[in-house]
Amino acid sequence: MIQVNQLSKKYNDTTVLNISNLEIPKGQSFGLVGNNGAGKTTFFSLLLDLIQPSTGNIKNNDIQVNTSENWKSFTGSFLDESFLIGYLTPEEYFYFVGDLRHQNKADIDALLAQHAEFFNGEILNNKKYLRDLSKGNQKKVGIIATLIGNPEVVILDEPFANLDPTTVSRLKKIIKELAENPNVTVLVSSHDLQHTVEVCDRIVALNKGEIVKDIVTSKETLQELELFFAV
Amino acid sequence: MIKKFIYLEWKAFTRSASFGANLAMKILVGFLMIYFSLIFIGGGIGVFYILKKMNLEPLQTVNRFLIYYFLFDLVIRLLVQAIPVLNIKPLLILPFKKPTIVHFSLGKTVLSFFNWIHALFFVPFSIVLVLEGYSITGIILWHLAIISLVYINNFVNIILSNIDKLFVVFIGLILALAGAQYYKLFDITIFTAPFFNGLYQSKWLFLIPIVFLIGLYLFTFQYFKNNLYLDAGLSKKEDVAATENLSWLNQFGTLGTFLKNDIKLIKRNKRSKTTIFMSVIFLFYGLIFFGNSHQPAVMHIFAGIFVSGGFLFVFGQFVPSWDSSYYQLMMTQNIPYRGYITSKWWLVVIATFVSTIIASFYLFYGWEVYLTIVVGAIYNIGVNSHLVLLGGAFTKTPIDLSSSSGAFGDKKAFNVSAMLLTLPKLLLPLGLYGLGLYLGDKTLGLLLVSGAGVLGFVLRNKVFSLIEKRYKIEKYSTISAYKQKN
Repeated sequence: MIQVNQLSKKYNDTTVLNISNLEIPKGQSFGLVGNNGAGKTTFFSLLLDLIQPSTGNIKNNDIQVNTSENWKSFTGSFLDESFLIGYLTPEEYFYFVGDLRHQNKADIDALLAQHAEFFNGEILNNKKYLRDLSKGNQKKVGIIATLIGNPEVVILDEPFANLDPTTVSRLKKIIKELAENPNVTVLVSSHDLQHTVEVCDRIVALNKGEIVKDIVTSKETLQELELFFAV
Repeated sequence: MIKKFIYLEWKAFTRSASFGANLAMKILVGFLMIYFSLIFIGGGIGVFYILKKMNLEPLQTVNRFLIYYFLFDLVIRLLVQAIPVLNIKPLLILPFKKPTIVHFSLGKTVLSFFNWIHALFFVPFSIVLVLEGYSITGIILWHLAIISLVYINNFVNIILSNIDKLFVVFIGLILALAGAQYYKLFDITIFTAPFFNGLYQSKWLFLIPIVFLIGLYLFTFQYFKNNLYLDAGLSKKEDVAATENLSWLNQFGTLGTFLKNDIKLIKRNKRSKTTIFMSVIFLFYGLIFFGNSHQPAVMHIFAGIFVSGGFLFVFGQFVPSWDSSYYQLMMTQNIPYRGYITSKWWLVVIATFVSTIIASFYLFYGWEVYLTIVVGAIYNIGVNSHLVLLGGAFTKTPIDLSSSSGAFGDKKAFNVSAMLLTLPKLLLPLGLYGLGLYLGDKTLGLLLVSGAGVLGFVLRNKVFSLIEKRYKIEKYSTISAYKQKN
């Protein structure tokens, strides 16, 4: 589904990302782990054509992301709060994204009802604009919005950060369900090794922009990763 | 400690997104600033001799109208002067004394453009007065009092800036006073002129504004010092939200989706709401020009452009900056650039159209005047609407819509440099109209301007492709500029 060729990103002379080759097959749930500055967000930003690669390219379903915009119709993503429109209520935001993804109101309502538990009664009908919600609640809105329109690629940057323990376990359930769907490719980045291991089939560790580990998740994965990062 | 603040300020200034972004714009702003400075200085020197020529006593005449001068100054400040915000939150827990923080934030406003611009008028005027034989001590005392009054306005603006829509009250007050004076019902200057004259004549009256200024400073200082808490002056106001569907816009498809969003954007954010007020004020701009025989005829088209173009200038100017806080979302959604630009274009066009209809009260001045406004609207729709969108690709100043923090919040909708940027959009129609007047008559001038508008409208698709290309080229640098918050 996603092919990375000779991809690098340099700022002045500092290379922040350098991936010579990476393939993520369709239906995989892909975890990206690494310390701060490892290049996780840079990679996602490149994948979403928010920044330009210095060399190489990324293909999303055979569409090169920085030359065509057609990948947008089947890709859902949430990187940070700058993906939210502060002056809308959560409902309005969902309908807005729904309109852009050609979903009608009933589709959105069905999706929201499905995730009522995840919202924990703190999101809908709360008479609050998105800008006045807490960081955690904003994140909930952003994550569910990526699911609108049944995207084939779902990209979540640090989805577990800022969430309370209950919501984290509910989010893991949602991601696992997505991962079970053979048509959906999920990309998740995190600092939290344990969460990532739990929800992903495959884990890639980045360090200073380079891939340093690429493992299929097994029982020993967590230990292996912890050992790797324990320096 | 103050040295540390100055260090921070200097860093904030040199590292802001708008600084260093566009040299050409800076040169333009600098040029216009010099231009306005020269106008003020020239006014300061010239007004004495002009009034003298009109057989009026210069100082007394100026004194008579000072009340309007200061009221007007206050309105301008309420509208335009942004309170310079020191980034206060991180300082609270550092070993800075609270009084120092407040003194510095207030001190910063003293250096504002809106204060020293007055000096450009009053200093030359005072010098001319002294040279023309007025008492030196009298003039110095008068001058001190005037400076105090300027700074009183400065601090009044700071205190009042938290109250929305207040400038409307002041505009109403000015209009009422001026109207009453014009129709000889009530003349405020009878009561205020003796005071301003007294500043020159008596040796003690100047103390009143100075004492008042000191008192006001202490009050402002206390007010801010007491409100320097996260849940008081620095707190965010939370609005009660209601979901609106605006489903009648659904029939317009994607365009409707964007329009819905833009309507909410304008309704729910202070910064964008101000643009509506401004558009309404622009509607009345023509009153200065029409029915005023002192203005050259060529300036009529200037007014024609402005009357219908208020929204275009104050809102359109900042496309796509209005969407800056969620620009990344827009760039990852299933939106073609074309659709995005088109929807903004329609918003501007609809607003221009509505303004033109409201402006029909200008028919009172005769159909020729209204025709000028309609021609201005055609030009706005055909040419200026494209120009503002194109300019938007280069305006990379993020607008922080959510800055609704309390006493120290900077929430002014626009700044001076942005206002100045509108001038180029006026020069072309002015030239065309002038050419028409020179070669033929008014009708030819109007034909030329509206012709340019129609031509722009016809070439719309071509121009849109061009704009779209520009936006695409600028996409990455725009995203990175918008990531910088003020």
